Amino acid sequence: MALAIRFRSAVVLLGRFPALAGVDFDVAAGETVLVQGPNGAGKTTLLRACAGLAPVVAGEAEVLGHDLRDDRRAVRRQVALLGHATQLYDDLTVAENVRFAVRAARGRSRDDGDGAAGVLERLGLDGRLRDVTVARLSAGQRRRTALAICMARRPELWLLDEPHAGLDAQGRDLLDDAVRAAVAGGATVVLASHEADRALALATRAVTMAGGQVHHQPDRRAASAPRGEPAHVA
Amino acid sequence: MLRDALLVAGKDLRIERRSRVTTNQVAPFAVVVLVLFAFALDPDRGLLTRAAAGLFWVAVLFCAILAVQRSFSVESADGARDGLRLSGLDPAGIFLGKAGAVALQLVALEALLAAGVVLLYGTDLRGGVVLLATCAAATIGLAASGTVYGVLSAGLRVRETLLPLLLLPVAAPVLLSATRAWEVALGTGGAGDGAGPWLRLLVIFAVVYVAFGVVAFGALLEEA
Repeated sequence: MALAIRFRSAVVLLGRFPALAGVDFDVAAGETVLVQGPNGAGKTTLLRACAGLAPVVAGEAEVLGHDLRDDRRAVRRQVALLGHATQLYDDLTVAENVRFAVRAARGRSRDDGDGAAGVLERLGLDGRLRDVTVARLSAGQRRRTALAICMARRPELWLLDEPHAGLDAQGRDLLDDAVRAAVAGGATVVLASHEADRALALATRAVTMAGGQVHHQPDRRAASAPRGEPAHVA
Repeated sequence: MLRDALLVAGKDLRIERRSRVTTNQVAPFAVVVLVLFAFALDPDRGLLTRAAAGLFWVAVLFCAILAVQRSFSVESADGARDGLRLSGLDPAGIFLGKAGAVALQLVALEALLAAGVVLLYGTDLRGGVVLLATCAAATIGLAASGTVYGVLSAGLRVRETLLPLLLLPVAAPVLLSATRAWEVALGTGGAGDGAGPWLRLLVIFAVVYVAFGVVAFGALLEEA
């Protein structure tokens, strides 16, 4: 199976500190991989490196066929990152934030309006919330709006950093449904989470990070295990 | 690139329209600066009239710093800059969009300031073509150079104090040229060779910074 992510001895520096200290990490296309590990293990940096946001300064790093050492901008249009920050503009409404992100990622395609509207409806952000500025939303509603952008952009690779944080029970279910729908549509998902039960229910495989390295990376054949039943739990 | 520029400019102007920072904070600031100059130089209204061109452009420069700071502070909140980098937008388009939005705000502020120098300093705005040409070239130059240095300082904790430190010396040629060109138009300075050389300097400055921004903004956005 083709690899969506292939890291070999990848090093990412934050200042002089090696946040990724020689990471080997493979993710097959269509997989859902859970990255576990303690705080400071390098999970967020790994996701940011996959998104082309953190520069890989040594080793090899390919994402969706793009060599990140050569050009880390090229992959970004195909990637969505739901991180600790929501990446939203406070003074734009929910609908305006989603529309801006979709148009930026895909251009003014004909289904901009329909696609964004459909996503907002699925996430319960239609109706009165649609035209509310993000500054007036609760933390959970902001997370939902950020998730709406991920969904509306229809990326090939989803990078989710503590995606369940700040969401209520319904929001968590919606998130899980969105991830499963994306994978069913052929997308690849990498998520970092401390909420093992929920995340493992989504993942086909789990790896463990510590000290800026992936210490436990089960064979990709595990990806063929049935969804909802993690093949390896680190 | 143009499509991306329009998208970013539209986004920035929509944010500005809703937050009203320019209308409720920068514009009053600009008027206060003009009034303070009038207090400082009063009661000699003749001196105020002669210095009107320079005072106008100093006020525009202060407003440009505030507009650029605002333009990048909205990208610093809640990881919006990461969103912009992940958006897939052409960096040159982002540069042109942000500079365009700043330029439009500056044009509005210049109109307000021009009214201010007429009312407060008793300046007679003659030489309309030169005045407008100067405004156009200087505004583009200030917006472009401000956007270049704005993104440079955007990722730093000291951005509020660093931006004026970077931009004010760089914008000195704009201040000098625009003031001299306006003085020629208003008849308050030595005519010399006329406004032509100063206008050429303004155009060169604008072209250099627009070209530099288009080429380098992507790298600056990554490094910030």
